[in-house]
Amino acid sequence: MLTRTLPRFGSRRSLRVFERNLTVYRSQWLMLISGFFEPLFYLLSIGLGLNHLVGPLRVGGHVVSYATFVAPGMLATSAMNGAMIDTIFNTFFRLKISHSYDAILSTPLDVTDVALGEVWWALARAGAYGASFIVCMVLLGDAGSAWVALCWPAAILTSLTFSAIGLAACTYVRSWQDFDLVTLVQLPIFLFSATFFPISLYPHWLGAIVAISPLYQSAALLRGLSLGVFQWVMLGRIAYLVVLALVGLRVAANRFRRILVP
Amino acid sequence: MTEPILQARDLVKRFGEFNAVDGVSFSVDPGESFGFLGPNGAGKTSTMRMISAVSQPTAGSLSVFGLDPRTHGPEIRGRIGVVPQEDTLELELSVRLNLEMFGRYFDIPRAILRERAIDLLAFTQLSERADDRVEDLSGGMKRRLTIARALINQPEILILDEPTTGLDPQARHLLWDRLYRLKREGVTLIITTHYMDEAEQLCDRLVVMDHGTIVASGTPRELITHHSTREVVELRFNTDSHDGYHDRLAPFAQRLEVLPDRVLLYVDEGDETLRRIHEHQITPMSALVRRSSLEDVFLRLTGRTLVD
Ligand SMILES: Nc1ncnc2c1ncn2[C@@H]1O[C@H](COP(=O)(O)OP(=O)(O)O)[C@@H](O)[C@H]1O
Ligand SMILES: [Mg+2]
Repeated sequence: MLTRTLPRFGSRRSLRVFERNLTVYRSQWLMLISGFFEPLFYLLSIGLGLNHLVGPLRVGGHVVSYATFVAPGMLATSAMNGAMIDTIFNTFFRLKISHSYDAILSTPLDVTDVALGEVWWALARAGAYGASFIVCMVLLGDAGSAWVALCWPAAILTSLTFSAIGLAACTYVRSWQDFDLVTLVQLPIFLFSATFFPISLYPHWLGAIVAISPLYQSAALLRGLSLGVFQWVMLGRIAYLVVLALVGLRVAANRFRRILVP
Repeated sequence: MTEPILQARDLVKRFGEFNAVDGVSFSVDPGESFGFLGPNGAGKTSTMRMISAVSQPTAGSLSVFGLDPRTHGPEIRGRIGVVPQEDTLELELSVRLNLEMFGRYFDIPRAILRERAIDLLAFTQLSERADDRVEDLSGGMKRRLTIARALINQPEILILDEPTTGLDPQARHLLWDRLYRLKREGVTLIITTHYMDEAEQLCDRLVVMDHGTIVASGTPRELITHHSTREVVELRFNTDSHDGYHDRLAPFAQRLEVLPDRVLLYVDEGDETLRRIHEHQITPMSALVRRSSLEDVFLRLTGRTLVD
């Protein structure tokens, strides 16, 4: 699927969309910087607060502090939130409010360039913020092992998946009011994805539903990598995130085409 | 004979079951300024979007610079400039960055873009606003910036979709003046409008569009000569309905249109006609003699007034 999709999908010109986003965000540097402080807020709030209330946990034969247990979950959540906010809000703005994409399509770029350009942007942003989160984890002593470095590509994959879902979802948004719906979906995903506590604490039937959540899959993957606990099921989690990303991108590209060049 | 720079034959654009453009044919020579005149919904924007190689024609043939937009979209788009009906400026960027960033989509080096941006801002009288955010500009300034942006790649064809809709008279005249200059520099202009005076001012040749088809074409003068008379007498009576005046006034004119608020008499000698009407003891509340315009052509061809 990947090799069949890529050749028809976008060109070198898609980098101009990346350049555009960089130009726009440069004039909003405060927002850009705040993204780097986000992990500190996440991690410190746990380290200083919950860590003292919740005792050590057993994960896959390891006994780890609560902060070490929960940090990968926070990383996954931060990747999801960053990707969803950037795609859903900002892409919606470009698609239907400022009509930036309409302007771009009157230049040599085409719809696939636009979609691919947004993917480059999502990847770069995820790379930068993911790295800063992992560095903070290490500095605060919340990394489970040296394998935590592998969390970086996994966090980027997580962002890519949620960016793809966000790109597709934003094409269905009709007005700012619809964003309440987005929150309505995002909040239970956040609360019920076993990011704060082990999935074994859920009743059995709920656990099965939670497994569908890409945030759970990502958190479980990142946790395994951070602790250096490798299981075959992690390949399944990666595959799940990759498939969701590809489906999301396909849907997004088709919807972009229908909206922008009817 | 020169090759047409743009040629369309039986062009169709269908949305679902509905033909927004229903088989139009036209051709434009290099350096010409060519207009599409028609009311809202006539299919002007849909036609522009096909010409600018953005939306695919449903049927018919189209050639721009001798190339087929279906297969040479990026190349064609690289050589034209587009001023869309709705502003599509980057609201979060400064005036200058709007130009420079847009130029990057055409792979133009930054150093060249910096110079071009300075020239284009001077050309559109926006130099003083170069570092302001676009959000703070007036409607006329945004339009001028959109034109400056469309010129960043030094296009051979400039496509303008209702460039002056919603602008005050002063802003319109400034814009027209810039378009004259471009025309003198040899840029081919394609303009859509629902303003008669704009079409008469700017277009060498134009087509009148209605319901997705072309109902007439020619120079503004030709259209008026063919489809109207030299002069028009407009009469208003102190009445709720002007319908009753149709039969009484018909003998005085070659042709007559009864509108809700006035009667139009198409004649060759307006003052003479008015004198004879007065002789027959018909006393309108107000009377106006004017030269025929494209408005009259449109009314003649479609039975409807054009705007508002
Ligand atoms: N994307 C679209 N989907 C469905 N109908 C459309 C679409 N775009 C335009 N139309 C319809 O096509 C007709 C012509 O529209 P348009 O080309 O914008 O006319 P104009 O520019 O002359 O006002 C209108 O009736 C409009 O509602
Ligand atoms: Mg239009």
